[in-house]
Amino acid sequence: MALDSWGKYPQIQNKVFSFDQNKTLPDLLDEQDEWIPFGNGRSYGDSALSANIINTKPRNYFLAFDSHNGLLHVQAGVLLSEILDIFVPKGWFLKISPGTKLITVGGAIASDVHGKNHHVAGCFSECLDTFRLMLPNGEIVTCSKQENTDLFHATCGGMGLTGIILDAKITLKKINSKNIDQTTIKTTNLKETFEAFEKYKDKPYSVAWIDCLAKGKRMGRSLLTVGDFSNDGDLAYQSKKKMNVPFNFPSVALNTWSIKTFNWLYYGKTQKGVSTQKVDFDAFFYPLDAIDNWNRIYGKGGFTQYQFILPKSVSYEGLDEIMTTISHSGKGSFLAVLKLYGPANENYLSFPIEGYSLALDFKIEKGLFELLNRLDQIVLKYQGRIYLAKDVRVSKETFEQGYPNIGKFRALRRKYKMDQTFNSLQSRRVGI
Amino acid sequence: MGYVLIVGAKSDMAKAIARHYAENGYDLYLASRQSQELEAFASDISIRTQQTAKCIELDILDYASHPSFYAALEGKPVGVISAVGYMGKQEDVQSNFAETQKTIDTNYTGIVSLFNIIADDFEQRQSGFIVGISSVAGDRGRKNNYIYGAAKAGFTAYLSGLRNRLHATNVHVLTVKPGFVATKMTEDLDLPEKLTAQPNEVAKDIFNAQQKGKSVIYTKWMWKWIMLIIRNIPEWQFKKMSI
Repeated sequence: MALDSWGKYPQIQNKVFSFDQNKTLPDLLDEQDEWIPFGNGRSYGDSALSANIINTKPRNYFLAFDSHNGLLHVQAGVLLSEILDIFVPKGWFLKISPGTKLITVGGAIASDVHGKNHHVAGCFSECLDTFRLMLPNGEIVTCSKQENTDLFHATCGGMGLTGIILDAKITLKKINSKNIDQTTIKTTNLKETFEAFEKYKDKPYSVAWIDCLAKGKRMGRSLLTVGDFSNDGDLAYQSKKKMNVPFNFPSVALNTWSIKTFNWLYYGKTQKGVSTQKVDFDAFFYPLDAIDNWNRIYGKGGFTQYQFILPKSVSYEGLDEIMTTISHSGKGSFLAVLKLYGPANENYLSFPIEGYSLALDFKIEKGLFELLNRLDQIVLKYQGRIYLAKDVRVSKETFEQGYPNIGKFRALRRKYKMDQTFNSLQSRRVGI
Repeated sequence: MGYVLIVGAKSDMAKAIARHYAENGYDLYLASRQSQELEAFASDISIRTQQTAKCIELDILDYASHPSFYAALEGKPVGVISAVGYMGKQEDVQSNFAETQKTIDTNYTGIVSLFNIIADDFEQRQSGFIVGISSVAGDRGRKNNYIYGAAKAGFTAYLSGLRNRLHATNVHVLTVKPGFVATKMTEDLDLPEKLTAQPNEVAKDIFNAQQKGKSVIYTKWMWKWIMLIIRNIPEWQFKKMSI
């Protein structure tokens, strides 16, 4: 069998053990083999790939919901989309959601995901009340910010390397509408983009699409969208029928010219200055989920997402340097997303720090990793870091420099013998 | 819309069926051994669909308990679906009579004992549906699983007769013959992907067939044609084959 990650690179054969209510899991962990838990396969790189995979998605029961305080108890294989299907019509939404709803709750914890509201609401661990974790010896422990705190801080953002997340209690937030009142701000260069982020930083949700092929004085031109839930009382929600990319595109389909044309059309169609729209939450939070298998547009060779973050004080300078390097390389990114982040949390390996992050999708091709290695050096120069949930190629040295808490994480892994039981291609590569 | 009784509710197929019926507005009785293990699943059904799901203890091999089991159901079901099944290793089943008996009693005797009781009640009320999940293995005995197949063949014939008996009283009987299904029961087998159904596909097929009042279905659909061919292979040829 071969389970892919979202980037379809690398492709390896693996043995898959499906885990639902199975009591034999401790026996399995007791074997000499190494394992990595796998959710819905939406991490881009090799964080959930290994020769032996524990498929956690079949364990997907809703266990309890308290409508007084919004506390939802689910097994870790439940998808965020399933939560929304059930709870949006009742007036509840996820406090924290990434740009896809097609991930499991366990995956959301393991990557300590964040969304368009990070600057005001933080990472997924902020909505996490408790979770239960199975350790390598089969023992089940409850973790929260008050209980087993070292395991909590290691597991949130710990890429599945601390054990099997069994179930979790998360708090949902009240909404009065499934719609978002959205404002779009069209900027003409990077400086204007930064100014717009600062101007609208009180809006709970914000993200910018950036035209990464624009050069010279147009470099960094963007469409910044900000918004918040509407108050119109419209909660009638049914997930829509989706489009599908039925097969892998030929790998030449995405090239500098097609991306330039797309960017020109996408940027050009938006009216100048500031405009407002009302859109439903799917269009606002999850535009790409509307197309099944959109990763196939990169062809069968796959793609990767390069996502880094820089401290706020040097974000402008650093981004300027990185964008210039990319536009000179001629390698286009179809999707380039810029986002303002709030303060870092206490989790050992969570990605966010206060500053700006840029995410870029690249087709895997000759010369790409050399370019990304060059970008790594710029990221390190400005004391930034790389997001493990998207990564497939970062070196041990680059990774370590970005994450000062790595020592604590490694020590905890050794203490619980996690390093002998849970490993992915990624954990091997970056030595965690 | 009333309760549907699902027998053998712990199997992957039964759970998929339960979810599908609840999504379509039915409440559920989930009957199995050690039914407390189904409590989490029942919560899941209630939260996902707002329907009620009650877990009830039932040992399909404890025939004497079946009348009181059925009598104790408050609010008689509008339909019953049996997903009871047991498939041991053929070598064990043919060499160890206890295994032979378990195979026959689980797949045939036990469920017949329960269905007899329910059929009487439905006949008297002149309404209800009875769905029995049999197997393509009952269409022709093969050396790889002929005791399981024989029990399922008996069950298929039982359902056929029951359908005939209850036709006049407006009670609908559906025979379901799944081919390969990806469940825990078949986890260790190397099944051909195109011929293997996922439990939720089987659930959908069963729901649609039951709602339309069909008599016999194969799932996936191509098994109808595969089994037509297999049934028509002459015995002198079939006995030499290894399929």
